[in-house]
Amino acid sequence: MRLIREKTSIDFLSIGRRRVALAVSAILIVVSIASLATRGLNFGIDFTGGVLLEVGYPQEADLDKIRSLMADAGFEDVQVQRFGAATDVMLRLPPQGEGANPNQIRDSLRNTLAVDEPDVDLRRVEFVGPQVGEELTEKGGLAMIFALLLIFAYVMFRFQWKFSLGAVAALAHDVIVTIGFFSIFYLPFDLTVVAAVLAVIGYSLNDTVVAFDRIRENFLALRGVSAEDAMNTSINEMLARTIITGVTTLLVLTALLVLGGESVGPFSIALIVGIVIGTYSSIYTASAIALTLEVTPQDLLPPEDDPDLVDDLP
Amino acid sequence: MNKYPSWLYILVLVIFLTGILLALPNIYGSVPAVQIADTEGDAYGEPRVEEFVELLSDSDLVPEAAYLDDGRVVLRFDNIEDQLQAGDILRDRYRNMASVALTLTPKLPGWLRDMGLSPMSLGLDLRGGVHFLLEVDMATAVESRLKTYQQDFLDRLRDDRIIARIDDPNQGVLLVRVRDEGDLEKARNIIRAADGEVLILDGADGRSLRIRMSDTQIRDRQDFAIEQNITTLRNRVNQLGVAEPLVQRQGIDRIVVQLPGVQDPNRLDDILTATATLEYRLVDTDGSSPGSRRYPGREGMPGQMLKREVIASGDQIIDAEAGFSQGQPAVFITLDAAGGERMLEATQQSVGKPMSTVFIESRRESTVVNGEVVHNTVRTEEIINTATIRGVFKDRFQTTGLDTIEARNLALLLRAGALAAPVYKVEERTIGPSLGQDNINRGFSAVKIGFLAVIVFMAIYYRWFGVIANIALFTNLIFIVALLSLLQASLTLPGIAGIVLTVGMAVDANVLIFERIREEIAAGNKPQNAIFSGYEKAFSSIADANITTLIAAVVLFALGTGPIKGFAITLSLGIITSMFTAIVGTRAIVNLTFGRRRITSVPV
Repeated sequence: MRLIREKTSIDFLSIGRRRVALAVSAILIVVSIASLATRGLNFGIDFTGGVLLEVGYPQEADLDKIRSLMADAGFEDVQVQRFGAATDVMLRLPPQGEGANPNQIRDSLRNTLAVDEPDVDLRRVEFVGPQVGEELTEKGGLAMIFALLLIFAYVMFRFQWKFSLGAVAALAHDVIVTIGFFSIFYLPFDLTVVAAVLAVIGYSLNDTVVAFDRIRENFLALRGVSAEDAMNTSINEMLARTIITGVTTLLVLTALLVLGGESVGPFSIALIVGIVIGTYSSIYTASAIALTLEVTPQDLLPPEDDPDLVDDLP
Repeated sequence: MNKYPSWLYILVLVIFLTGILLALPNIYGSVPAVQIADTEGDAYGEPRVEEFVELLSDSDLVPEAAYLDDGRVVLRFDNIEDQLQAGDILRDRYRNMASVALTLTPKLPGWLRDMGLSPMSLGLDLRGGVHFLLEVDMATAVESRLKTYQQDFLDRLRDDRIIARIDDPNQGVLLVRVRDEGDLEKARNIIRAADGEVLILDGADGRSLRIRMSDTQIRDRQDFAIEQNITTLRNRVNQLGVAEPLVQRQGIDRIVVQLPGVQDPNRLDDILTATATLEYRLVDTDGSSPGSRRYPGREGMPGQMLKREVIASGDQIIDAEAGFSQGQPAVFITLDAAGGERMLEATQQSVGKPMSTVFIESRRESTVVNGEVVHNTVRTEEIINTATIRGVFKDRFQTTGLDTIEARNLALLLRAGALAAPVYKVEERTIGPSLGQDNINRGFSAVKIGFLAVIVFMAIYYRWFGVIANIALFTNLIFIVALLSLLQASLTLPGIAGIVLTVGMAVDANVLIFERIREEIAAGNKPQNAIFSGYEKAFSSIADANITTLIAAVVLFALGTGPIKGFAITLSLGIITSMFTAIVGTRAIVNLTFGRRRITSVPV
């Protein structure tokens, strides 16, 4: 069976299409950054600190009633929302002051909720101090920069700096757009999303490197062909693989999104968005940047033997 | 072409069987069990097992299995009622000698246990429990060291008849003031001789010295404080009787404590972060001793002037038990040899004089100063009782003046040892058992359905070769489970997500190979050649692609904490095992089925 024709020859990299692709990427990035700057991210308590409760009710939960109960008990700025099933509710409170005793808060929350429904089940209670969050933001950013640097070095070692720059630019593009997606739709951004974004870096890079690998092979095999044509041929040859791996990965992620429950929801969405963007960027962005940097087949050829040595031979 | 030497087939088979063996413990499920460990941390031997079983048989309780595990005795039961009853009996009989924990234990057959194999350990989000992140107050750790210096230096200066004062540490600096300018150099030499490493700077007025600890000393002190605190926390957790606790350093100044199965963190909290300890001092009845200080009394008790010298303090207490003395709650104390000697000496010299017991507790308080939150540790010291020394005593005595719960907690804390520096909680997560089970069910159904979708797709798309890739994919799952069981890295929900992702990505290597074979066939190569060069030519792409993904996963592992780490572990394991199964594993099957034969077409 085939999903696409055996031999495609789509022109991905003509100067016109390249411009369109770079324009699309530029728009995506600008919109993402604009949204991040104005709207920001819907940070989870991992980052902001605060109190999170997951509560199970024996029957459908009445959110308005819970809100008013909390307000009556003196808890301010409480977010109350459904969490998956109609019986499950998630409550989120801002940090309760440094000296606050989690035990008292927990008891007081339990008592407040039990007024309405004695059989309420506190399934999960999390307290996170605000200082932990600051560190996490720092550490998460550091992890991404570190990963990108290491990858830059590896691709440079295996290929050449123009490819390296193309690959890392494509990855930065994927990261910014994925995080931007979370900002635009204001989806909850927690620690698992950071992990997902790093996995997207791994996945997208995987795609890019596989394409580069074929480009190198074709640079060697098709001497005399222009860099643009050789790269186009390579991307076409890898198209089936790119799509099939994308399909299998999206299949399992859809299963995770649908079946994995609310707490892995943001994680699955980040991966799905990231993989779609990553597939696009490894086809268009990475190679287009390498081409714009005027990569030539010579950049990847093994160094020629010194001609002086040949003169000595009989 | 397309055949492996026989040793390679055998190697692949051996690795496959080893994987199955390592993953096997995961299929047995869990049963209720009681875990008994020595509170002192000594390992139990075989006779203990028999002793416990015999004790239980008096109440007609027969464990389904009883064995030693890592110095602890494990008794497995068929139902929870028996488990609870057995727990009560053992706890009653071995109070303070053994920590008895109720837990779930895998129902492994003896032969697997004897091989030292165990199933994957589940993270807190999958089995419920309490997670604390504690921060160690490093400033206080350093300050307490400076206080020791203060006392020590002052004693030495006085021994040399230098009249001097040393202020309490302030911002990491001890200010030494001598009365006579001429003594300054002498004082400097004495301090230098006492400790060669501290930094001694001249004060502003020519009659004082500013002393601070060197960076190395501060770092050593901090490391010591963390290590000491971890030991103490482990002891405390052991006293509480929690099965499989985790106490671990995280970063520079944090400690993670995870207690699986614990549902009510309230009591734990008081005990983990408590810094309560005791000091015994003589009362300065006539106000003649230098350095005496006034201590407040607890509710209604009069304050007292107490002498500077501590007769015995919490770190010299080797055993403490709560109980009652003449109807009042009491803590029965046993001192170590040195403490016993001091107590003997002090009581011999001071029969008929009063001695006070000081209860010391540190609490962290935060105040907002100029919009910034400032933390400081407040140390409260209060006299809980003062009694006249009626006779000479040595290493065993009792202390009253606390309520029942305080006495019980204090006894536990004294047994477990004091914290070298106060800790406070920066994070607490409680996960209920029902949520844990839900997470397991959801995670596994996602793995199951995702896996099913992929194998159906692969079988349709690549026919017989797709089936071979599916066998590799299944083997890959077994290998991930096997490695997780072997490493005992705990499986968390993000970890399961990592497995799901691996299932999707692991077929990539096979897709690369199969697409390459298709290309080779399209280019007019003979079937055997096409298979051969498909595998050969795809290899460098596969290696590059996997190494780059691995880089991202390793960075995640190195810099990540908690959920990120769990994800990074399964992702990296999955990448490594998939390289083996997708390349070597499928090649072995392909070679066995298609190698050495004349074939006219390749079912790919």
